[in-house]
Amino acid sequence: MYKIIKKETLSPSVKLMKIEAAFIARKAEPGQFIILRVSEKGERIPLTIADYDRAEGTVTIIFQEVGKTTKELGKMEEGQELLDFVGPLGTASHFENIKKAAVIGGGLGTAIAYPQAKKLHNLGIEVHSVIGFRNKDLIILENEMSKVSNKLIVATDDGSNGIKGFVTDELKKLIEQGNTYDLVIAIGPLIMMKAVCILTKQYDIKTIVSMNPVMIDGTGMCGGCRVTVGGNTKFACVDGPDFDGHEVDFDEAIRRQMMYKSFEKQALEDHACRLGGASNA
Amino acid sequence: MPNMSPYKVKIPEQPPEIRNKNFLEVSLGYTCEMAKEEAQRCLQCKTKPCMAGCPVNVKIPDFILHIACGEFEKAYEIINETNRLPAICGRVCPQESQCEKFCVRGVKGEPVGIGRLERFAADWYMSNRSPKAENIHRTQTKVAVIGSGPAGLTCAGDLAGMGYDVTIFEAFHTPGGVLMYGIPEFRLPKDLVQKEIENLKQLGVKINTNMVIGKVFSLEELQQEGYQAIFIGSGAGLPNFMGIPGENLNGVYSSNEFLTRINLMKAYRFPQYDTPVRVGRNVAVIGGGNVAMDAARSAKRLGAEKVYIVYRRSEKELPARLEEVHHAREEGIIFKLLTNPTQILGTEDGWVQGMECVEMELGEPDKSGRRRPIEKKNSKHVLDVDIVIIAIGQSPNPLIKSTTQNLDTYDWGGIIAEEATGATSIPGIYAGGDAVTGAATVILAMGSGKNAAKAIDQYLKRQGYY
Ligand SMILES: Cc1cc2nc3c(=O)[nH]c(=O)nc-3n(C[C@H](O)[C@H](O)[C@H](O)COP(=O)(O)OP(=O)(O)OC[C@H]3O[C@@H](n4cnc5c(N)ncnc54)[C@H](O)[C@@H]3O)c2cc1C
Ligand code: FES
Repeated sequence: MYKIIKKETLSPSVKLMKIEAAFIARKAEPGQFIILRVSEKGERIPLTIADYDRAEGTVTIIFQEVGKTTKELGKMEEGQELLDFVGPLGTASHFENIKKAAVIGGGLGTAIAYPQAKKLHNLGIEVHSVIGFRNKDLIILENEMSKVSNKLIVATDDGSNGIKGFVTDELKKLIEQGNTYDLVIAIGPLIMMKAVCILTKQYDIKTIVSMNPVMIDGTGMCGGCRVTVGGNTKFACVDGPDFDGHEVDFDEAIRRQMMYKSFEKQALEDHACRLGGASNA
Repeated sequence: MPNMSPYKVKIPEQPPEIRNKNFLEVSLGYTCEMAKEEAQRCLQCKTKPCMAGCPVNVKIPDFILHIACGEFEKAYEIINETNRLPAICGRVCPQESQCEKFCVRGVKGEPVGIGRLERFAADWYMSNRSPKAENIHRTQTKVAVIGSGPAGLTCAGDLAGMGYDVTIFEAFHTPGGVLMYGIPEFRLPKDLVQKEIENLKQLGVKINTNMVIGKVFSLEELQQEGYQAIFIGSGAGLPNFMGIPGENLNGVYSSNEFLTRINLMKAYRFPQYDTPVRVGRNVAVIGGGNVAMDAARSAKRLGAEKVYIVYRRSEKELPARLEEVHHAREEGIIFKLLTNPTQILGTEDGWVQGMECVEMELGEPDKSGRRRPIEKKNSKHVLDVDIVIIAIGQSPNPLIKSTTQNLDTYDWGGIIAEEATGATSIPGIYAGGDAVTGAATVILAMGSGKNAAKAIDQYLKRQGYY
């Protein structure tokens, strides 16, 4: 079960894996996610379903090696098996009465935005995509995004690929050029999503964001994933992860992200240390 | 000649000041001699009042008689006829409000330690015998069980014992439900739960973990896959919050999250295990049930200096098992009774830095017959805590209801099921345990699983299966 069928390196720290999970592939929809565990002592971490193939029975995940679990996952090879892989979790995105949409991806958020752009595209909606990265070495999914977008802008913070700027600047330009969007989907770091929402609020464009808080079960039983939306507490794992960006309390979400920062550092250091001194591994 | 001591034979326990720093089991259990001595306190009443207090009708005087004679294997077998998880029940059942409540010895002195003896027989069997392969006539008829808590496990075990091809679908990566993620190691060792589950597998029960029903399969799809009957034992997993200001501050946990991190994910062994948990310096646990006691005692074990139980009614109303309250006190948990939180206070950057409370007094009885707590004037005060754990109850998770047409539920989320059979509004679909009653007890969940197994057997035979 949960065998790694394919592994690809998208950028130095971002990897793609196709996982054998026929039951999940059968039901998966864009906007949903899975939770996986690599090893017996490992954490449960949520990852967005980047793609799926019902016929082949596979689910694709894309992840950045940032913490201990994603680093361990990144070391696994084709043919190996994940310990646990559960899904599809969360509520699928629904798009109605939309003719033209802008999809904004910030960094790894592009991997989460991609299935949404693809779904919009397949529904016959005109898609303009803006994806942003810190520099050109970090660019991912450019080809895939261009296939599902009528227009694609790839920006880098340092201009190393030619287009220097933030995704918000590029989106603003598009709007000011006269593009009228019925919907904006913004996925990336909380700060970026907040900035996009401040912008789209000015133009009164409905904006959907994807929240990615700490999760354990992903089924609504722990409440660790709570976010405040429109003044109400929501569980991102069941009510989301997509929410109306103009209603989300981003400042609270940013604070809640800090809850385990010190532990993550400790886990990583401990991990590095164990790798260094292999004797008691 | 019965042992006429008015007291239960003392059970060896880890001393409080040692055990509140480790996660090893608190109670060490009776030795054979102690068990025999305690068993001799049973008067073998003809009317067996104790049995009436047991939701699964364990033949209590019979098994106790065998313990008194030193026939431990036989004692175990008698319990096992009606209770497939005796090592668990002996440890977590609220005996004081069930079997032991009706014990004649309890009139003048302490009742017979029925729970302790049940535990003894189960533990003795586990360490001295290996489970016998039962010779069962197997059928091709498939039954699906959703959830692997005590309700699901019992229903699955009974149906497998009758020969059905039973598969459990469990959302988590480990089976056991609350027995694994909720009740801590120091009260119910996880190895023991897994051994009991292993025994069920021996009986032929298949367990598919990582399967969230409602997401990966709907009930209808399970029926299409050939499951002729379905039992829903999905528990009451949805944590209730208070709805007071400050609940989303960093450092506020639902008891579910706090205990799941510790028990299922083994955060108490971080960084050997990857999942962390924050314990802080001073901890307030809101609530007075078993869940609250477990959270408080876990926090203490993880090094918190002061741990408070904050409960809005009085000692008498505490819903926790007597033994848990007693153990919590011994371990240094501070009880703030007749106290109600009104607000959680935070620092500028979003961390808990205190909890504002008011004192309460008991007024007229409410609908449930318990005296209603009312706020005392000018009693506002702040508790100096940096972690708050909310343990005020759980409701059934709406996931299955929301993905199943025609499955009737109460407004509060409980599945509507016939008490004696577990039959729901959909033919062939049965339900039991916390999913039906709301958060209750292990033994009631088991009782409902048992009843449903019987009803499912009859249903399938009526349908011409078997
Ligand atoms: C901390 C704590 C301490 C307790 N202490 C005691 C005690 O001392 N004594 C006592 O008698 N009772 C105690 N209880 C209560 C007791 O544990 C419960 O009443 C009992 O476990 C209910 O059993 P159940 O089988 O109905 O549900 P659960 O044990 O909750 O099991 C339900 C299972 O179903 C799974 N599930 C849920 N939804 C789905 C789905 N959609 N698909 C697949 N699987 C699903 C869950 O993951 C879970 O494993 C305690 C409870 C808690 C939380
Ligand atoms: S992850 Fe536990 S409730 Fe959402």
